[in-house]
Amino acid sequence: MKKLTLGLAAAFALAFAGTANAQNYPTKPITMIVPFAAGGPTDIIARIVGENMSKTLGQQVVVENVAGAGGTTGIARALTSPPDGYTIAMGHLGTFSAAPATYPGLKYDPINGMQTIGLAGGTPILIVARKNLEAKDLKEFVAYVKANPDKLNEAHAGVGSVSWTTCTLLKGQLGVPKLNAVAYRGTGPALNDLVSGQVDFMCDQIVSVAEQVKADTIKAYAIASPQRSPALPNVPTTKEAGLPEFQIEAWNGIAAPKGTPKEAVDKLVDALNKALNDEGVKKRLLDLGTVMPTAEERTPAGFAAVVKRDADKLSPILAAAPK
Amino acid sequence: MGEMISHLTLGFGVALTLQNIALCFVGCLVGTLIGVLPGVGPIATIAMLLPITFGLDPVGALIMLAGIYYGAQYGGSTTAILVNIPGEATSVVTTLDGHQMAKQGRAGVALGTAALGSFFAGCVATLVIAALGAPLTKLALLFGPAEYFSLMVMGLCFAVVLARGSILKAFCMIMLGLLLSTVGTDLETGQERMTFGFPPLSDGIDFAVLAMGVFGFAEVLRNLESPETRDVVRTKIGRLLPNWEDIKQSINPVLRGTTIGAILGILPGNGAVLGPFASYTVEKKLAKDPSRFGRGAIEGVAGPESANNAGAQTAFIPLLTLGIPPNAVMALMVGAMTIHGIIPGPQVMTKNPELFWGMIASMWIGNLMLLVINLPLVGVWVKLLQVPYRLMFPAILIFCCIGIYSVNNQPVDVAFTALFGLFGYLLIKLGFEPAPMLLGFVLGKLMEEKLRQALIISRGSFYTFIDYQNRPISLGLLIVSIIVLVIALLPAMSKKRDEVFTE
Repeated sequence: MKKLTLGLAAAFALAFAGTANAQNYPTKPITMIVPFAAGGPTDIIARIVGENMSKTLGQQVVVENVAGAGGTTGIARALTSPPDGYTIAMGHLGTFSAAPATYPGLKYDPINGMQTIGLAGGTPILIVARKNLEAKDLKEFVAYVKANPDKLNEAHAGVGSVSWTTCTLLKGQLGVPKLNAVAYRGTGPALNDLVSGQVDFMCDQIVSVAEQVKADTIKAYAIASPQRSPALPNVPTTKEAGLPEFQIEAWNGIAAPKGTPKEAVDKLVDALNKALNDEGVKKRLLDLGTVMPTAEERTPAGFAAVVKRDADKLSPILAAAPK
Repeated sequence: MGEMISHLTLGFGVALTLQNIALCFVGCLVGTLIGVLPGVGPIATIAMLLPITFGLDPVGALIMLAGIYYGAQYGGSTTAILVNIPGEATSVVTTLDGHQMAKQGRAGVALGTAALGSFFAGCVATLVIAALGAPLTKLALLFGPAEYFSLMVMGLCFAVVLARGSILKAFCMIMLGLLLSTVGTDLETGQERMTFGFPPLSDGIDFAVLAMGVFGFAEVLRNLESPETRDVVRTKIGRLLPNWEDIKQSINPVLRGTTIGAILGILPGNGAVLGPFASYTVEKKLAKDPSRFGRGAIEGVAGPESANNAGAQTAFIPLLTLGIPPNAVMALMVGAMTIHGIIPGPQVMTKNPELFWGMIASMWIGNLMLLVINLPLVGVWVKLLQVPYRLMFPAILIFCCIGIYSVNNQPVDVAFTALFGLFGYLLIKLGFEPAPMLLGFVLGKLMEEKLRQALIISRGSFYTFIDYQNRPISLGLLIVSIIVLVIALLPAMSKKRDEVFTE
């Protein structure tokens, strides 16, 4: 019994020393909260990157899925936990840039109230439509939308989702914010009804729609990124196709609570960078259609700038959007 | 035909490697165990095991994960029969007659029937996927929001038939279930409804939380107050396997259940949950003496269990042929495939034939393994009933709590389960049944979603549901619903019911 007590005391002392002394960070597993269900695009990126980060950090990065309220439940939990570097979160465009305008009672402040670590990857957004929609290309589609705003049906994966956020931006830019929107519980069911022609178009991440586009079950008008994607080389960019102002990417990035010690932040930034430079990780991310982040975007300041840039772009349109 | 044989040869070639057989076995075993543990569902387990599969090749990983999924469907019936706790929406129906059979000392027969029925259904469903997977995909695409809504209406009419007691009470419970399903963030507008500003409610009530509460916790509470009823279950063990008489009684329900389950499983949006309910309804309607149902009728276990398993297998069709997951577990399979570098889509069958056919072959092998694992285990499970209740009840409660926590990693879910437990106890005391409420709850979410999607697409016109030119399926389903309702509510019949059922 005495031995047990001693052992426990030693374990506690070690644990305490670990949190107090950031130099030795990390001395225990790190929890990476993914604010969505397992198996989704953010979860997949978190697991691929997290597995490699574990090797650099010498401690396991454990992915914990805390889904709910468009990802804001999980991010709120991560950002309000003790700022010791042992709880971090993998969020995305929606939870970091769009959430303040979408969720009025948000429990965290992604612009001033969090420690950014770095961008893990950008996911291009595509405008896709049912294959027998009259419009042949993006120009015709834009003209068709403007001429028939009351005829079309847009599908999205729920208020606050990436598909909703990006399509709301598109509709705002086209001047048809009230165009009929049909909400689905996730991308899967929405895609199902797009393939079967129940709805007319949607905007979504390349990883979700690329295989359907390749199989010609739906058609893609444009990709809202600066460059074409190697995953779908025949799909033009919005710039090439005549809608240059529609530029948006559904990136994923890592953040920690504000006040996380600098040593921990530096080690996390370094681990993320090493993971993204790893050939195996790179190949897996590229296979998903991911755009690798620039050196600048992999730094806390660079990622913070991305969060702010997209928040500024989205906020006015999302705040005005009919919900 | 020849093509199918060559495909299956390829598939079995992949599935019968030593590594893949071992993975299939591990998956089935883990699946059975988590199915048996109340609350711990396949979603949480597959999510937890995903990282372990990183080191495997994609086919092996998917064979194992698929094994966990359909293994859990097998195991889920065990808990439903032995301790009256449905781990999944699909095993709610099994509690009705399965647990009654256990109380009568026929737990072994119920478990054996469930295992044999599931095996048969699994084998047939695997063949269906192999032979008709591609053409059946069209069925999934025929169902738009309007058709789906009508299907749910039909499902709701089945719920009335589920009732063991008064139809009025069952109706109240269905309505309560529908009401509970509307708690949370509204899908179309993003506004919160009936959450009282309480954030944990913003995503609505989880099925596992509600089911564990009104079945698991409430059942424990009820058993604590009456020592005599629990002794009945404890002392009588009876035969372990069904005899010829039982099998003869079960054959037709199994055949019908398999057909119903296989068809509903293909539909998008988790049509598989309707399978067991539909099968139970059909069996009760066809039975010479419907009053036996709810009191330990073997058909009420054989049919729904077959439907459940057939649906679990055919749910792979939209995933494998369209690349679109029909339910949450399949969405997780998409994630698993993607992590392994195979992005599911309509071309998986042609681009990765070894994966497609390997998985199908492994499902058949998996079903055989499940039978081999489960039949000898029947004796072990039944012996569990002899565990003293002072040990069993705390264990059930602890497993429920772990299971609930594992769903969302939210402690508040466990507290909610306890609350629903008290509520469920109250229901039992007042003579209301929880099963129709759970069906209302499951269908409510889908129904509201599909109703509003259909109406948004039709610009608010209800004609879309009975538009016989464009949507004959929707109209047909609604007509069936009306027929079911009329039969259930016909004065003469309900009078007979009342005589039989209410004291």
